[in-house]
Amino acid sequence: MKYTAKKLLLAVVTMVIVSFLAFLAFQIIPGDPTTTLLGTDATPERVEALRHQLGLDEPFLLRYGNWVAGFLRGDMGTSYSYSMAVGSMVGGKIPITGLLTAMAFVLIVAVSVPVGLLSARRENSRSSHVLDAVNQVLMAVPPFFTGILLTFVFGLVLKWFTPGTFVSPGEDLGGCIRYLIFPAIAIALPRIAMTVKMLRSSIQSELRRGGYVRTAYSRGDTSRRVLYGHVLRNALVPVVTFLAMTMADIVAGSVVIEQVFAIPGLGQLLLRSISTRDFPVVQAIIVIMAFWVVLVNLLADIVNQQIDPRLRLQ
Amino acid sequence: MKKRQVALFLALVMLGAALCGCGGGSQTDSAQGDNGVKGTAVRGGEITVGIAQDLEDSLDPHQMVAAGTKEVLFNVFEGLVKPNSDGELIPAVAESYKISEDETTYTFTLRDGVKFHNDQPVTADDVIYSISRCAGLSGEDPLVPALSAVKSIEATDKKTVVITLKDPNNEFLAYLTVAIVPKDYTGQSTAPVGTGPFRFVSRSPQESIVLERFGDYWGEAAYLDKVTYKIYENADALVLALNSGSIDLCAHLTPTQTDQLSTDTFQVLEGTMNLVQAVYLNNAVAPFDNEKVRQALSYALDVQGIMDLVADGHGTPLGSSMYPAFTKYFDDSLTHYYQYDPVKTKQLLAEAGYPNGFSMTIRVPSNYQPHMDTAEVVVEQLRAVGVTATIEPVDWSTWLSDVYTNRNFQATVVGVDASNMTARAMLERFASTSGKNFINYNNPDYDALYQKAISCSDEEEQTALYKQMERTLTETAANLYIQDLSDLVAMKKNLDGLHFYPIYVLDLSTIHYVA
Repeated sequence: MKYTAKKLLLAVVTMVIVSFLAFLAFQIIPGDPTTTLLGTDATPERVEALRHQLGLDEPFLLRYGNWVAGFLRGDMGTSYSYSMAVGSMVGGKIPITGLLTAMAFVLIVAVSVPVGLLSARRENSRSSHVLDAVNQVLMAVPPFFTGILLTFVFGLVLKWFTPGTFVSPGEDLGGCIRYLIFPAIAIALPRIAMTVKMLRSSIQSELRRGGYVRTAYSRGDTSRRVLYGHVLRNALVPVVTFLAMTMADIVAGSVVIEQVFAIPGLGQLLLRSISTRDFPVVQAIIVIMAFWVVLVNLLADIVNQQIDPRLRLQ
Repeated sequence: MKKRQVALFLALVMLGAALCGCGGGSQTDSAQGDNGVKGTAVRGGEITVGIAQDLEDSLDPHQMVAAGTKEVLFNVFEGLVKPNSDGELIPAVAESYKISEDETTYTFTLRDGVKFHNDQPVTADDVIYSISRCAGLSGEDPLVPALSAVKSIEATDKKTVVITLKDPNNEFLAYLTVAIVPKDYTGQSTAPVGTGPFRFVSRSPQESIVLERFGDYWGEAAYLDKVTYKIYENADALVLALNSGSIDLCAHLTPTQTDQLSTDTFQVLEGTMNLVQAVYLNNAVAPFDNEKVRQALSYALDVQGIMDLVADGHGTPLGSSMYPAFTKYFDDSLTHYYQYDPVKTKQLLAEAGYPNGFSMTIRVPSNYQPHMDTAEVVVEQLRAVGVTATIEPVDWSTWLSDVYTNRNFQATVVGVDASNMTARAMLERFASTSGKNFINYNNPDYDALYQKAISCSDEEEQTALYKQMERTLTETAANLYIQDLSDLVAMKKNLDGLHFYPIYVLDLSTIHYVA
């Protein structure tokens, strides 16, 4: 109980710090929302009037306080650029990025766990050397480049999907999933490679640790039973933590991938809002992403406790 | 077989004739676009138009500032008058107008049967509301600064609106293209309502904007039923989407982009962007406060070389702040005023006290690839004459606040356009008192010419004065003028009816499928 409370407090503090830093960043970088809104027609009087209207002429800390108060009431403000409520605007983008993240994550788990187990069992075989090489390459290639390659090969040459024909999930869920498969692959590939490597070395170090492994063998367990019944459970602890970090990482990766595949998700909205200094939108998205990172880390802790009872005692 | 073909042909001809019959006499003209392809115009259908940026400012026509936003909403809004593709002003919400002898009173007779997209008829009250709002007549800041020249506006009867100006102005009609909007409607910034051939349906940030044909349009109805603008902020994603067939029409492409398109599906049409691309110099800071330095650099640029490298030779070289679409104000003799001559550059630099050149920084808005590319070539050409230029890329918002508003820069490469088709819109910026004079150009001769030009009522004399102003800009090398960029439009081969405008708009009402 104390453990959970501590974790929760830490989560809240993290989010306050993140939102404050984002707020601060906008104080420091040049440019002002009024310049994009008024463009080259801006006169000092109009800029002043608009700054007043948007509340930008108030002191920094007061603005931050107002924003926090609004956020706690569930009011994330109004976008400067779109004059729309930030809540509904960002809310409309969450399913898109959420779906992409979920698909990428399912891919990572579904591919990396069996491949990792397989390669751990066949240490030093020819197939494991090939896998090693492939792994290294996949880890080295950044997702945006994989994305461009996938678009070229499957979109333009083989025509398995049509680039630029994104449909929102509300309109056609099946079509949306079909469109998101390749972006999900682009995000997943390097992480699959990393998870495989991680899982394999984790299993191998458990196998070498002797102790309970030797006991199991001496009891007459088959190597299969040793692996699945005893080793895997221990070997998964670091992998679960890694996967949780991956969950956070995928959302960050989708910011880039959304650009490559022209997916109008949170990432695209974030980038545009930064460049137009549409501060309420940026703030909302950053807090949502920070919340996501904190949440998955919390989840990882809880899952790890389930796997490894020793952690529960802390 | 042959008989059936003849029958089909006849049917098509009759269909064409029927279409012409219902739409009025000028239909046959508009069925043929600038690309000269002839075909039977088909009514109906929908297209997807690719645009490179989202509409990020207000959708309120009196508050929108971005060229990209104005381009889209040109199809939704109309003023008392509106420009046609020849750059002439034609009556729109007004049926006719009269300008008084002393050029201070503009009288408009409203057209019968003009409706807003919300089915309300346009009344004189709506017109008065719209103009007053832009002109700031009720005491608030004018939304359209140029309209602050209006002294009063009143309706003399249900169909007549009289606008009185503070000072005589024979060019004011061009400013009355400002949108007429329904009185006291407060939703313009998110759900715009106008009188144009298309009505606004919906938008999704970063995704799309949907327009639909307005059935009760007073004029010639649009051909297409529906137009979806899709936003592709990444240039490569845009080309991919074009090649995959998910976009039917896309304007403002670069030669590099159009080279990647399949010629079986697309026709590429070339117009001009209608802007003055130049290395704009801050005339108030050293070394550009010295006219000799500015002239020296003008001789150092090989404009054709820039266009060849950046755009495969596309583009129109310019020599002053005026582009050819302004037919009567454009002075072609200024185009090659400074011929590429590095020897002269060195000589002028030596005279100005910089025999060994100097260093400078060019701040360029990094979201505009053509300007970035141009800046890179400029840097190389300046290096050849001993001037070390460095590019500092800045994002658009920083450019607007730091370079444009605060004038904190040495040099920048951008394109400057005109808000309407008057020479004044292009040239008033360089008057020393103008708030838009971001290059700090300060020339008493120029100011005097400008005052003379705007108070001149004889059109011919006025045109001559404007040309004199252009010449002054060139002679004093206010900026290093480069070009009017070419505007490449890719359109599916089964589409036709595109007309290039001398201003930055894309008129969708004439675009149609060809049978």
